[in-house]
Amino acid sequence: MHPAFSVIFLTTLIGAGQGMFMALVTGQVYSMANLLEAQDNVRFYAMGSLMALVLLGGGLVAAVFHLGKPSYFFTRAWRGVTQWRTSWLSRELIALPAFMLAVFLYGLVHYLGWTGPLFVIKGVIPVDASLIIGTLGVIMAVVLYVCTAMIYASLRFLQEWHSPLTVANFIFFGLASGFTLTAAFSAWSGVGLVGFYGTWAVVFTIVAAITRGFSMLRNSRIKHKSDMRSALGIRHPKITQCSMGFMGGSFNTREYFHGKSPATLEAVRLFFLICVFALPVALLAASNAMQSEYLPILAFVVQYLGLLAERWYFFAEAKHPQNLYYQTVG
Amino acid sequence: MTQLALVIDLNVCVGCHACVTSCKEWNTSGWAGPMVDQRPYDADPTGTFFNRVQTFEVGEYPNTETVHFPKSCLHCEEPPCVPVCPTGASYKREDNGVVLVDYDKCIGCKYCSWACPYGVRELDEMQKVMKKCTLCIDRITDQTKPESERKPACVLACPTSARLFGDVHDPDSEASVAIRERGGYQLMPEWGTNPANHYLPRRKTRIQIFEDELERADNPLDKEHPLPAASGDTLDDVSF
Ligand code: SF4
Ligand code: SF4
Repeated sequence: MHPAFSVIFLTTLIGAGQGMFMALVTGQVYSMANLLEAQDNVRFYAMGSLMALVLLGGGLVAAVFHLGKPSYFFTRAWRGVTQWRTSWLSRELIALPAFMLAVFLYGLVHYLGWTGPLFVIKGVIPVDASLIIGTLGVIMAVVLYVCTAMIYASLRFLQEWHSPLTVANFIFFGLASGFTLTAAFSAWSGVGLVGFYGTWAVVFTIVAAITRGFSMLRNSRIKHKSDMRSALGIRHPKITQCSMGFMGGSFNTREYFHGKSPATLEAVRLFFLICVFALPVALLAASNAMQSEYLPILAFVVQYLGLLAERWYFFAEAKHPQNLYYQTVG
Repeated sequence: MTQLALVIDLNVCVGCHACVTSCKEWNTSGWAGPMVDQRPYDADPTGTFFNRVQTFEVGEYPNTETVHFPKSCLHCEEPPCVPVCPTGASYKREDNGVVLVDYDKCIGCKYCSWACPYGVRELDEMQKVMKKCTLCIDRITDQTKPESERKPACVLACPTSARLFGDVHDPDSEASVAIRERGGYQLMPEWGTNPANHYLPRRKTRIQIFEDELERADNPLDKEHPLPAASGDTLDDVSF
């Protein structure tokens, strides 16, 4: 497949935004259980929600550029929510704004300080509005991860993507980058949660390394179901295309071939293996030791760049069966 | 239910591209148009087509065979391109099984084309909506045309009659009979898309003739070989 930057930015930005929101809610739950110190409503939760919202908004802007024409966003995109019964893309188009609304409300409730307990469960768990919205938001974040990933994982012809590992990767990459970002945010705003978020970020990064490792292993051994024989219905082991019927390319040649050499692909893979997994873990560990406020920020920047490369590679490594029909210019 | 489809005979297709040009001519000016070209007279000309004719070589020299292979949307009976569309722009007509795109609803997200294993959907570079073969829906449903012209443009244009058009659910249609009697098959059956369009395979016409059927052993006109010694009866000796 030809990697489209609109989708690369969309999926990585919202993935990190979802992860960050889940990190904020996790922090809140931990501090309610007195496992962490309580944080400032405005400076930590409201600002953090705003940051997550900015990432999600950035993803939305990237998505607009994936439409045929950006103007379709205003004139037609509303139709995209109508086919949720069958289309994962439609489901994502519902889940994303719904989740953004939850993040907005969560931030707003914290900003306005409406965090007095509404009721108390069994006399020990005080439930306030932010906890309710936060819990619903976390569920929506997970739903959104699944919707985004299933857009790819549900296409059975794209065998590299058609696997539960795709869903796992999207979730754990999102959580890893979101928790790294929250660690960076904590460090930057002088909140003592860098260690907490950093630890979780490392855990999620390692889990993501495992699931991505498995998917790369799976893809390196994949046996494609379609070949020239089934594409043409001619039973002969040697079929060569003489002409694809045109010389100057078409949508089919532009959309489904990345046009890069195997060496480039290998280089991109090496880059993302280092930047997504190795470097952030090292940087977060170092920041823990050195109490630096810059290293977590650097860790996030490096990991995000790595994730852009990872997503590029994710597209490039998928081979569409239609390519069988477009092999020889002529 | 009716399922309209094309049946393409690879045995007679000569790869002349008449279907490609007639398709473009009809559809660019019709309901599905325009089908825009970019740089038509420059290097790298490109544009939207609903139908392409490709050429393949089967086998290894000197035992090769050239196969011309016209290719367009197969109007699958289980079209994977339809359920994935977020807007409902892609749909399959209930009454005749033709898979269509509503250009006023399509947002050009390309997801349907990812979901088609055959690579027959093309995004129009000017309108930025997804386009594909409509089986000339505006033509085959036009009741003002005489019956003989209510066929896709490609079918009417094909000089070798390599393209048959009909209802593949009607067992007596020309298309169904051709599929049944001449080994019609579907492309990439492994995906369960159940394409309505079928292809008829290349055929070799061979007659089995043995040497002794051509040459009578006791041919009296044979000057080169001596006549066989009369040993036993020959057919000529049998009296009735
Ligand atoms: S050939 Fe492709 S575009 Fe046509 S109906 Fe089948 S899946 Fe859809
Ligand atoms: S490109 Fe158009 S027809 Fe295809 S899935 Fe997107 S909205 Fe539907």
